[in-house]
Amino acid sequence: MVSLSRPLARPLRRPAPKAVTIALSGLVLAVSVLSLTTGAAGLGAGDLVAAVLGDGLSPRDQVVLYDIRLPRLALGLAVGAALAVAGVLLQGLFRNPLADPGIVGVSAGAGLGAVLAIVLGGLLPLGLVGWAGPSLVAVAAGLGGWVTTLVLYRVATRGRRTDVALMLLAGIALAALAGAATGVLTYLADDRQLRDLTFWSLGSLAGATWTRLGAALPLIGAALLVAPRLARGLNALALGEPQAAHLGVDVQRLKRRAIWSAAAATGAAVAVAGGIGFVGVVVPHLLRQAEGPDHRALIPHAALLGAALLVLADLVSRTIVAPAELPIGILTALFGAPVFLWMLLRNGRGG
Amino acid sequence: MLDIVDLSVRLGRTPILHGLTLQAHAGQVLVICGANGAGKSTLLKAVLGEVAYHGTIRLNGQDLATARPDQLAARRAVLPQDTEVAFAFTLGDIVAMGREAGDLWSDPGIDALALAAVGLQGRDREDFRTLSGGERQRGHLARALAQVWSPVGPDGPRWLMLDEPVASLDLGHQLMIMRLARQFADAGGGVVAIMHDLNLSAMVADRMGFLIDGRLEALGPPAQAMRPEVLERAYGCHIALNAAPKAGPWLLPQSCRPFGR
Repeated sequence: MVSLSRPLARPLRRPAPKAVTIALSGLVLAVSVLSLTTGAAGLGAGDLVAAVLGDGLSPRDQVVLYDIRLPRLALGLAVGAALAVAGVLLQGLFRNPLADPGIVGVSAGAGLGAVLAIVLGGLLPLGLVGWAGPSLVAVAAGLGGWVTTLVLYRVATRGRRTDVALMLLAGIALAALAGAATGVLTYLADDRQLRDLTFWSLGSLAGATWTRLGAALPLIGAALLVAPRLARGLNALALGEPQAAHLGVDVQRLKRRAIWSAAAATGAAVAVAGGIGFVGVVVPHLLRQAEGPDHRALIPHAALLGAALLVLADLVSRTIVAPAELPIGILTALFGAPVFLWMLLRNGRGG
Repeated sequence: MLDIVDLSVRLGRTPILHGLTLQAHAGQVLVICGANGAGKSTLLKAVLGEVAYHGTIRLNGQDLATARPDQLAARRAVLPQDTEVAFAFTLGDIVAMGREAGDLWSDPGIDALALAAVGLQGRDREDFRTLSGGERQRGHLARALAQVWSPVGPDGPRWLMLDEPVASLDLGHQLMIMRLARQFADAGGGVVAIMHDLNLSAMVADRMGFLIDGRLEALGPPAQAMRPEVLERAYGCHIALNAAPKAGPWLLPQSCRPFGR
């Protein structure tokens, strides 16, 4: 047997997935407690303990905790998890770590869907609007994200491989197109719709209510349930579509489900929280650096880290310039854009 | 058995294969040779379901057109020409992907055996993309071997489909890979390989055939298939054929003696 000895290239050290799960769960818990006990209303850690123990809170504190901070926390967790997992799915699909729902135009497409629902939703039969209610915007955003992802995939993926430059450029074009259409709709909107639009486009968790959460959660939940089942297929897809098929993956079905899930998660997140960028690219990137690209660990861990980071960003956004609030999208961009640029540089050098 | 009946393939408007009929048997190595553009890769792609075709292809009696990907993956593994791997998967990750595709509940210990078989033992934690071209090719072979680790599976023989398996390998590793193919067939599996190296092919193949302008010609044992007039038509130049002497020096060591027979 031939054996060419060669000094061992540095073997990759990677932590056990279970340890990462535990650490991230702890992080989510810590950030959640911090978020619940921080705010202008002066409800602190002691009051939280009292609430958990069942000791009475004052009616005012109850409102602060259960109707303001808790829905905001829950929405932050859901949106963060959704954006991060949507990023992992898009990146697996495009075989490229730079695919982020915000950067490649999926968020813009979802935004167009949301604006369509806000402005033209009134044209629908009144019964339907009453029935779909706040979910209408989320579902429309999901559909917008889906159409954008499909077009993007058609344009950027030729045969075996995705062209990165083509993907990013197509994303810019699609975002511009969706932005233009959104502009036309804004022009058409009446005063009440304009107020809804402005409120929505600020991109914040400030308007969090249980109703909003209820509108987003079915779509986000469905995406988070489907995503882990795609993990093995996405791993195989890293070898390219033909090889994935030879490894037993039904590639067409995998792609369909990945696109649906990513669009649903992005759409729901955009519908309730506006355009929050870079979560979908930074979170998976940090995790791949730490524990490798195996989607079986990456998907659940991205959900946890995305949830924790978004709640943390929200916490900073509402305390740093208190009593005012910084839009959370500014914070994620401030942190995420440099990371993205750095990744782009490395990618260009074949890293 | 791999049973190909009346296979025709067009790429766009250009006909590539014309009514090709071919059987490959378990326990044998079948090698397909031919000039660039003769249709070798297209034939393999049709067998792997990567291009649309007319005709019938059956693997172990099942029509490929109706087989599910996971059923096929349990039955045959594919060694591609170099394939780009996205993301920093380790060599061990890649090999495990093959093993789990063949049988999700298989023994993870197979991974180390497959890596040792291609001479990459102990390298499982290295980033696949930092390996050299030849190491990547052997890594993919380890993945394919792990996928069909038992040459005979629960529903019949398993198959290795090799697309130019030695294209970027040095002499020693060429011999290593061909020996693995030979052993796989001797243990009851089937091997179909696209090859350019006629010496290696003649040494390892039970049967070989030449694709000439989309038709398969001279299919048979190497001694019958490799005739000067066939080679001349296949490659468009005159090629002198020599038989390896039983004793004495010879320029190309890989033509000295066949493996295992």
